[in-house]
Parts: sequence; structure tokens; C-alpha cells
Amino acid sequence: MLMILEPVMRVIEWPIKFLQDKLGLKNPAWIFLFPNLVLFGLFAFLPVILNFAYAVTGTDAILLSDRPFVGGSNFTALLDCENFADPNTCRDDLFWRAVWNTLRFVVLQVSLMVAFALITAIILNREIRARGFFRAVFFFPVLLSPVVVALIWKWILQREGILNAWLDGMGLETFNWLLDRSWAFGWSVFLSVWAHMGFYTLILLAGLQAIPRDVYEAAKMDRASPWRVFRRITLPLLMPTMLVVLVLATIKGVQTFEEVYAFTGGGPGSATTLIIQYVYETGFAGAPRLFGPAAAASLLLAAVLVVLTIIQLWINRKNVDG
Amino acid sequence: MSTLKKALAVSVAAAGLTAGAGAVSAQEITYMCSSDGTECSTAREIFDRFEAENPGVTVKIDEVPYKAILESLPVQLAAGTGPDMAKVTDLGGLNKFYLDLSPYVDTAAWEENFGGTLDWYRASADDKGIYGLHSQLTITGAYINKTLFDQAGVAVPGADATWDDWAAASRMVAEKTGTDFPMAMDRSGHRIAGPAISYGAKLFDDNGDAILVDDGFTAYVQKFVDWHEDGTMARDVWAGQGGSSYQDAAQEFINGQLVYYYSGSWQVGRMDRDVGDLFDWVVVGSPCGAGGCTGMPGGAGIVGFSDTEHPELVAKAIDYLAQEENYAEMTAKTKNIPAHAAVAAKGVDYAGASAGAAAALNAWGAQVGKLEGPAFMYQGYKNNRAMFNITVQRVTQAIVGELSVEDAMMRAKEDLAQALAEAN
Repeated sequence: MLMILEPVMRVIEWPIKFLQDKLGLKNPAWIFLFPNLVLFGLFAFLPVILNFAYAVTGTDAILLSDRPFVGGSNFTALLDCENFADPNTCRDDLFWRAVWNTLRFVVLQVSLMVAFALITAIILNREIRARGFFRAVFFFPVLLSPVVVALIWKWILQREGILNAWLDGMGLETFNWLLDRSWAFGWSVFLSVWAHMGFYTLILLAGLQAIPRDVYEAAKMDRASPWRVFRRITLPLLMPTMLVVLVLATIKGVQTFEEVYAFTGGGPGSATTLIIQYVYETGFAGAPRLFGPAAAASLLLAAVLVVLTIIQLWINRKNVDG
Repeated sequence: MSTLKKALAVSVAAAGLTAGAGAVSAQEITYMCSSDGTECSTAREIFDRFEAENPGVTVKIDEVPYKAILESLPVQLAAGTGPDMAKVTDLGGLNKFYLDLSPYVDTAAWEENFGGTLDWYRASADDKGIYGLHSQLTITGAYINKTLFDQAGVAVPGADATWDDWAAASRMVAEKTGTDFPMAMDRSGHRIAGPAISYGAKLFDDNGDAILVDDGFTAYVQKFVDWHEDGTMARDVWAGQGGSSYQDAAQEFINGQLVYYYSGSWQVGRMDRDVGDLFDWVVVGSPCGAGGCTGMPGGAGIVGFSDTEHPELVAKAIDYLAQEENYAEMTAKTKNIPAHAAVAAKGVDYAGASAGAAAALNAWGAQVGKLEGPAFMYQGYKNNRAMFNITVQRVTQAIVGELSVEDAMMRAKEDLAQALAEAN
């Protein structure tokens, strides 16, 4: 390998040495990082700065030069509530409906998904027949586009869908699953769990496989029951992986949009409208396009995600430090 | 210089000159078009003749989904990267981007032939510019499944029947024939506006400022919500969606699952094609209320944009479509109601349309005279799309029980105030 790289290193050695002679030992690193920094800045930092700019300006104009400064009024409008738990008392009730929907969605989706992913990972970690096949089956939905996931379940659950046809065929009462607020929300959580569970199962499976076998063998020699083995060995040793899965799933859950939007459109009414859909509809799909409130809402969302990310970093550091 | 080099130099120079000459004479304009049926292909046929009559001119048609016209075009225009011309439905809302055609066209002829729709494209009452060719005049109203009425032995209500009459008749037909839904209306703020005006909604105050909600509007919304609760209206259409997204019930009607379908004239082609001989469908227009028996006018128009590098050519191309014979051809092939006075006066020969479709188009044409003033005013109002979206969002919340009708209407008023404050 070194023999192959040697001619390449000789070619780039001269300019590096030249720069080091002229600029010292530290500065050339910045020069080589510069192209990447420019690209990263252009596509990552600039949009964030622009988002701030849109959040503190008004009107439906798209060019910043045409947008007057309005200070924090977009934020105060979003946060103007008599009782934050009751969207009907908020000036922007749709924003708070989306916030509460998102919160309920994340709590339900994450807890169900992590629980099912753990059960699935434990089963798939055993010496069962066709284990590879089942691992593939559980992972397959992760490969599907969110819109495809939504359409598949819409075909199943709509009024004249497969589920109702099956119920009808069995002589049972059919039901319009997507017209009932609670059912529509429940199915949205379900399809999201179905679509993403495979990914977390894979991570937990890796965590399970990292647990040393000899610990289990020792437990077996001590005649520990399977439940005790799970509680005293598997769960504690899997906890670092579980925490990472929990935080990752929570961040992903807060960001959910495409599959639920394609599945229910946020309805019935606003029963399944999540916060990203609120941002999209306020800023892009409505008329006039309210870029200011949309940018302000996205910044509030970003603040929540930053908090979650800090928690994740803290947990990771704690694990590394032991 | 060798002979070969000389030959090469001459060839390169000749090629350069040819390319340069081509660049000087060739003019290309882009037309962003969306189609409900044959709008874009018909425009292509007419522009082929335009190109033949104007050597060196090319009209490039960029056919896009309707959603792109609604969502992408305004952003492109704001960024200065839009097409030269486009087919639009947010007629007044995009006015600030329009090219004024009046310096390039016979304004008197345009006023004479399109006087009824030119205002829809203008920014205000003081604006006298000519901005758009109304290519697709539409009117909202209802279709019924006449076969179901016959099977049920229920008489079809007359021309002056009220909404309550139609609701009662539709319920009876659905009950007797075992049809899934008595009535349905497209999920659209534009669609519900006609019935609301028929119930006395004015939508604007005495100064002409938009208010959306008044007693007439609230009265119809209450009726509409009640009909969703008692099963008269198909819940799937309005309650099955969130936000302000559009949803129609055409497929339910085509499948024979619906007795009465409130939509509009643009569905004629689809009914003709998809219903065929399955059952008899009839256009019955708009039912009556205390404020009249009105639907909403609407449709799409072709406009040029002021950022174009070829304003004269864009105006010439649009003016070509506006010529009587071309407009008549476009109307006939796309099966639309003409907005061109001379074409309307002579009548359109819908060659190739079935007897049912031709009868339906004539029935729609007869509805134009029933349109009330607020309907025209609403259609021409530049911020009407904001009002449409607010209506859909808030009425749906009342239907699914998130808000009472009273609260939904209060929220709608607040939404409108915010939208108008933000709109440029």
C-alpha cells in the first residue's frame, strides 16, 4: 500500500512543505480545509443564518431585501397562549395542535418501537431456523421510501381498502379507519413503527451480539432462569445501546413528516398534523406564504432537537467514561 | 498555412458565423402549462401554426403538474427564474409578476371580447392593463346520477330547487337504491363559496375589503357541517384530509357511489370519458338559497411575465391564442366554456364530444347568467387563495369536531386578518 502511495506523496510533498515554510506548521491545515469549509458553510451554515433572518422579518416576500424587520413578533405570536395544554386558548392553535400531536406521536412511537425492536432483536439473536431470512424481513421496510410506506398502508386502511374487504369477507362490520381521529393517529404511529423498527432492531442486535457469551454460560451453570438472565445480564449490558437507540429514535420521531403527510395529509382535521407539516404548510403550501412564522416554528423545533442532541452526547460521554 | 489548416479555419469561421446569425434571429419563449385533459397538446397545435407564421420563433411548452403551477411557479417568479409565460389559476394573486400586454395588442378588441375576465388579472380597480387571456372559463355546480333518481322513482328537483330540496331528494335516492353517499362536494374553498353566496354570504364589506365570514357564510357552513354529521354529505372528501389540500369526489361519482356531486364544469371531459354508458349523468347547476342560485366562476388563464427577455413576442403569442378562430378551436378541443364574447355568441362546435357532454357544456353555459356579484368579485380578488385555504382548514375542523362552527368562523376571521397583514 505504501509503495502505491509513495509516488503520490512525493507529488504533493513539495507544495505542503512550501506552505509550511511560509505559513508555519498550523496554518496549512486551514488552507486544505478551506474548500470543504466553503461548501459546508454554503449548504449548512448559510441556510441556518437565513432561517434566523426570515424568522425576524415579515410579509410574504421571498427576497430578504423586501422583508421588513419585525423583531420577535413571529415568536411571540407562536407562543401566545393562555394555557399551553389547550390549543384552543392559543393564538396559533394549529401550531400547538401540531406540537401536542408531535409530542404524543413521539412518546407512543418511540416507546412502542424500542420495545418491539428489543423483542425482535432478542428473538433474532437466538439460534432459530431461517434466522437470516427473518432478519431481512424485519429490515426490509427500512429500505422503502416513506411515501411508498404511506401508500401501502393507505391502500390497506382506506374505506374500500384491503382490511375492510377482508372484514367484509369475514362477515364483520367494516370501519372507515382513516376518518376517525383516534384511529387515524393510532395507525400513523403504527405505520411509523413498522417502517423504522428494522433499523433499531439491527442496532440492538449488534448490541446483543457484543455481550460476551461466557457471561451467559456462567449464568447457565448457576441455573439462572431466562427472565433473570434477561433482567440481570442482557438488559444492563445492553443499556448503553438502548440509550443511544432511544435518543436517536426520539430525534427521528420529532422530525417525522413525509409518511404521515402522505398517509393522512395531517387529517382528519388536524388530528395527525405534526410540527414539520405545520412548518411546510405555513411556509410553502399556504397562501400567502408565511415564511416568518414557519421559520420561527422551525427554530423552536431546532431548539428542541439541540436539547435532545446534547442529551445524546452527554449519554455517550458518560458511557465512554464508564 | 497548409491547405488542410486553411480548410479547417474557413470551416470554423463559417460555423461561427452561422451560429452567430442563428443566435440573432432565433427567439425562444417558454410556456409553463398544466393540463386537465388536452390543454397543453391543443396549445402545442396552435403554437405550431404560430411558429410557421413566424420563422425563427420557438414556443417551448413545459408541461408540469398543476401542483407545480401552484407551488413552484410563484417561487420561481419571485427569484426571477420563471418562464416567459404560463397557465395560471391564481389570477389576481400573481399580478405583480405579469407582463402588461396592452402596448403590444389591440386593447379595444381585447376589452370587447374579454371584458368580463380582464379585471380578474388586474391588481386593483384603477389598473387598466391587459395581463391575461382567460383560456378556460369554469363554473361550479352539480352533477347528478340521473339513473339512480329513475331507479328510486324520485323526481329530479327543478331549476329553482333549494339546497334543502336537493339534500332531501339525494338522501331519498341513496336510501332507496342503497347508494353509499347522497351528496359530496370537492374539498375546496372555491367550491363552497358559491353555495355560501347563495345563502347570502357577501365575503366583502361595503368598502370592498375582504371579510370572508358573515351571517350568510356561517349559515351555510353550519348546514354543511350538519350534513356531514347526519350522513347527507360524504365525510371522506372533507374529513379525510388535513391542511388545505384539495380532494375531489369525482371517482366516487364515476363509480356510481354518489347521487349528487358538487364540482364544476371542468369535470365534463372526465365524466364523458369515464362514465360513458354506465349511467346517465346530468348537469343541474347550483341550488338556490336566500341569496340566489349561484356557483363560482373561475378557471385558468395564460399570462406573460414581466421578467421575459421577449415581451413583444410573448404578447404576440398570447394574442395569437386570443384570435377568434384559435380561441374557438382551443375551447372546442379542451371542452371548456368560452370566455371570448364573440366565440360565446356564435356558439362552440364541440366536435367529437358525445351528446351527453355537449348537453352538459350547454347546461354549464346557461348557468353563467345566474352568477351573483360577490362570486365575480371573489374570483377577481387577489388574495382569494388565502381565503379559500382558510375556509377549507377551518370548516374541516368544524366537521371533525375539533372546533365548533362558531369557533371555526372566529378563527377564520383571525386567519384572514393575519394573511392580509402579511400579504404584499
